[in-house]
Amino acid sequence: MNGFIDARPPAHPDLGGPAQPLLSVRGLVKHFPLKRDFLSRRGGGAVRAVDGVDFDVKKGETLGVVGESGCGKSTTARLVMQLIGQDRGELVFDGVAVGSRALALREFRRQTQMVFQDSYSSLNPRMTIEDSIAFGPRVHGSRAGEAITAARSLLGRVGLDAQRFAGRYPHELSGGQRQRVNIARALALNPRLVILDEAVSALDKSVEAQVLNLLLDLKDDFGLTYMFISHDLNVVRYISDRVMVMYLGQVVELGPVDQVFDAPRHPYTQALLRSMPSTEPGVRTETAPLSGDPPNPIDPPSGCRFHTRCAQARAACAREAPVMTQNDGHAVRCLMHQPDSGYAASGALS
Amino acid sequence: MTDSVASLAAPANATPIARSPGYWSNVVRRLRRDPVALAAGALILALIVMAILAPWISPADPFQASMLKRLRPIGTEGYPLGADELGRDMLSRLMLGARLSLFMGIVPVIAAFVVGSAIGILAGYAGGWTNTLIMRVVDVFYAFPSVLLAIALSGTLGAGIFNAILSLTIVFVPQIVRVAESVTTQVRRSDYVDAARASGAAPLTIVRAHVLSNVLGPIFVYSTSLISVSMILASGLSFLGLGVRPPEPEWGLMLNTLRTAIYTQPWVAALPGVMIFITSMSFNLLSDGLRSAMEVKE
Repeated sequence: MNGFIDARPPAHPDLGGPAQPLLSVRGLVKHFPLKRDFLSRRGGGAVRAVDGVDFDVKKGETLGVVGESGCGKSTTARLVMQLIGQDRGELVFDGVAVGSRALALREFRRQTQMVFQDSYSSLNPRMTIEDSIAFGPRVHGSRAGEAITAARSLLGRVGLDAQRFAGRYPHELSGGQRQRVNIARALALNPRLVILDEAVSALDKSVEAQVLNLLLDLKDDFGLTYMFISHDLNVVRYISDRVMVMYLGQVVELGPVDQVFDAPRHPYTQALLRSMPSTEPGVRTETAPLSGDPPNPIDPPSGCRFHTRCAQARAACAREAPVMTQNDGHAVRCLMHQPDSGYAASGALS
Repeated sequence: MTDSVASLAAPANATPIARSPGYWSNVVRRLRRDPVALAAGALILALIVMAILAPWISPADPFQASMLKRLRPIGTEGYPLGADELGRDMLSRLMLGARLSLFMGIVPVIAAFVVGSAIGILAGYAGGWTNTLIMRVVDVFYAFPSVLLAIALSGTLGAGIFNAILSLTIVFVPQIVRVAESVTTQVRRSDYVDAARASGAAPLTIVRAHVLSNVLGPIFVYSTSLISVSMILASGLSFLGLGVRPPEPEWGLMLNTLRTAIYTQPWVAALPGVMIFITSMSFNLLSDGLRSAMEVKE
């Protein structure tokens, strides 16, 4: 690993073997209550940002998460990271419930780290680069000298010359350099799961490619598992093993990347993929595949949440809420794919 | 593992790490290029030195009264700045008066800075109900004009230097709490605080390592702008007989006792006011310079 010396705290041992998911999310719900209007007594509702999300992150994989803005991608990430508390649902990390006596939040956080979208605001402007990276290990009991040594070698590992950058402040670095620092900071605790929340979205295309390749290298070298959140479908296809598509606080499709991209099952995924600009001049998307904005998450549509924008919606879609139906590792939440649903017998949507 | 760490430490020491100047050294550098702030700072420094050395450098005894030499004009032999209504040397009294005036300008602000920052950072970082509770209490104090509040508190507590300082502190605490709360709330929402929380750091560690370094600067700048207000309020309290008691010289009190002489010796009577004006102006200019030196976006 080109002279990289690992002085970080030792990684946690694998508990359940390779077949056990690294992270299992079950029934995750987060509603943000609306402020009740003091005078008119209106309100009392809630933004249903994340509304019953289940998924597994397998050991060593990259799980891509896509969806329109406001679909609950980032809220899901912050819930997984436990930066905000869920209303319902549980997180199981390598077979152990997060927050239980066996896995305190503090220990879970050492094993799960996050890289944020805004490379500037995620670094303390008053701290040097090396101090920012060394902060986490210091919190977990590393001695100052050790943590700084580890920080400097990590800087080298993410492609930044420690001699030049360790003593600098965030404003002296470019966006790409800062995001490398953020990646180094996330890796300083020797985590097993790294959540990348739009981590490359704010970068120039050329820098984005460099950082993506760095992420792939680091994943191999350190045996990491990624949860990669992005609205950029090309990037997700490039980096992910499996893809999860979210719509209005729910997972609508989850499957291997090639299956989801080549044979999408959910009408929403199909529309999303059609919205990607074609690379062939002859094949052009003439009409917008998705019309309008997503419905209000305070008052989501009845039945299938997508039926208001779905070209294939029938009357049954407004009545019946679809459940995730799995077929050879590719799950979809759509009545068309649900064998016992009333979709086939249903008339047109009024 | 231990060996590899040791072997890495050696070359790291051999090639020095490039260090950028820290934030505060940049502030000092910018401040040194600001002639107005520098002049104001020099003037304040001179006033402080004068106040400290007053008993030794004052030309005459500031308490020595003389019925024959009452209300002498500026430039009288032996009385370079004239004599007051009891024939005491004005220059000596102004020099010694700087002690109490500066003291009562600075001490309440320092006390309010400490107390207000602590309360404001607590409110801002804790958020939720703690924040609402603290900020509503602060709003109650905020509802009164500061002059009125200072007089009311001082009047209730009784005259005297300590009570005047206490009531001025109480007047300034809510103002500093507001500033501290708003900057802390801003910092708390930033991603680097989230990243620190994600690393498993306890709230107190995060406040110490990440919040303080980002909020104390703005709170400090705001506080320096309160020094002149504090001096003027303290002088006002003394003028009303609620602060310093005679014969102790203090600019506000001197202004009070000399006001009867305003028609006979207007220039002498105005001197304490001129001192208050110069001093509070200097503090304001220094505070402004500090603000612009610290507000540079990096």
